[in-house]
Amino acid sequence: MTDSVIRIENLHKSFGSLEVLGGIDLDVRAGETVTVLGSSGSGKSTLLRCINFMEMPSEGRIYLHGDLIGTDEGGSVRYSESELCRIRTRIGMVFQHFNLFPHMTVLKNVMEGQVTVLGRRAGAAEAKAREQLERVGLSDKADEYPARLSGGQKQRVAIARALAMDPDVMLFDEVTSALDPELVGEVLRTIRQLADDGMTMLVVTHELGFAYHVANRVLFISDGRILEQGEPRQILREPATRRMQEFLDGHAQFRLPF
Amino acid sequence: MVEWNFLAVLADADLLLQGLVNTLKVTFLALLFGIPLGLVLSLCRLARARFLSMPAAFIVEFFRTTPPLVQLFWFFFALPILIDVRMTPYIAAIVTFSIQSAAFFAEIFRGGIQSIDRGQWEGAQAIGMNHWQSLRRIILPQAVKRMIPAFMERSIELLKTTTLVSTVAYTDLMFQANDLAQKTFRPLEVYTVVAVMYFVVIFVFSQLSIRVEYRLARSGESTVR
Ligand SMILES: Nc1ncnc2c1ncn2[C@@H]1O[C@H](COP(=O)(O)OP(=O)(O)OP(=O)(O)O)[C@@H](O)[C@H]1O
Ligand SMILES: [Mg+2]
Repeated sequence: MTDSVIRIENLHKSFGSLEVLGGIDLDVRAGETVTVLGSSGSGKSTLLRCINFMEMPSEGRIYLHGDLIGTDEGGSVRYSESELCRIRTRIGMVFQHFNLFPHMTVLKNVMEGQVTVLGRRAGAAEAKAREQLERVGLSDKADEYPARLSGGQKQRVAIARALAMDPDVMLFDEVTSALDPELVGEVLRTIRQLADDGMTMLVVTHELGFAYHVANRVLFISDGRILEQGEPRQILREPATRRMQEFLDGHAQFRLPF
Repeated sequence: MVEWNFLAVLADADLLLQGLVNTLKVTFLALLFGIPLGLVLSLCRLARARFLSMPAAFIVEFFRTTPPLVQLFWFFFALPILIDVRMTPYIAAIVTFSIQSAAFFAEIFRGGIQSIDRGQWEGAQAIGMNHWQSLRRIILPQAVKRMIPAFMERSIELLKTTTLVSTVAYTDLMFQANDLAQKTFRPLEVYTVVAVMYFVVIFVFSQLSIRVEYRLARSGESTVR
């Protein structure tokens, strides 16, 4: 598996006595868009947050481009803070609530990680930032502060901020859930464009239309395990389990374009 | 009928001005040392490691709850008995008010840092920043903005509290006033002038801080998200 970007083996995560992830195995290949579905509390966010180590896995291994993240010490894996910071620069993450830096202009938001973390020179970082803002269609907002942008624009800036780090993979955690319905489209189109550009992505979403039309693969998570996965047109039309069928029925606003 | 006569006071105006300069000097130095020390104390108190947070919490609470006059006397009269230092009123004043303001500033810093949304830490973490980078580049700049009103208020409070240094014979404005009042037998005029001097300094300072706050409020970028 040379083209595996993220490989997850037997990932467990518990908060105290509450087991949230109960053994996840997953391989995300280069250029693949994997959509993660699941009802609230099923562990989708926790899965993404374990992949970039914002939550520490209780058990299991994660590989980036075939290399184990952390150090194997007789079966268990040890992590150093500096390694995890380095790993996070290679794994982009976009949040439901944007988490833009309100005290910086849009341009500075996109430059910040490049300069402070990657040590790029201001000139190079600015060029890169403008390039990414262009990519998400926000070149004209470079000098605005986030407070003056719409939700959809904020989210596209957040995407540009993550892209500017040149990540190997992008994680999206319900990035359209906090948006007014009329703003969802612009963000989903931006993500679709990334998919077309060959970015490797893991997308947690409730937008079944996006899963259907954009994803290469759909995962359905239930109680911290992958209950089903498969090719979107197949799995969204004919789920194998009742759990997933009920989940799909719950999204009544979604109409499959038959 | 009371007869006002400011001539005697004005003749010795340079004494009072020298006192004012000394008052401002102590205040300024206490801020200069107190603010960074306060930041350090707040970071220690916020740290997960208990060997940092516990002593920091103790120092902060101790200096916030004991009377400043007791602290001043302790550093001036008691400390030299414990360790071999020659305490001058000037040094005792600066040490006392630096630590005392650090304790208050620590709480302002802590409140400011904690008021920042958790998402800001996560946004910083997600682009690979370590704890210190997140704090320095993302959290503190936002927190400090919110803290400015409390900072200003505390600084004014400090300036007022420095009048206590006259009790250990440091020649601040209050000490000079006492001196002059006894020399001229004109306490009415002397203390009136001194009150006006404190008023002018503090009034100008607080007007300045209102101006700053107004600016921050208008620039719109002071809100999270
Ligand atoms: N830091 C935490 N401490 C304790 N419990 C947590 C923590 N984070 C998540 N949980 C719990 O883990 C479970 C899964 O949460 P998670 O956020 O991963 O679900 P989700 O699938 O993303 O749900 P949603 O669709 O609502 O975002 C929930 O029961 C949640 O309460
Ligand atoms: Mg979630």
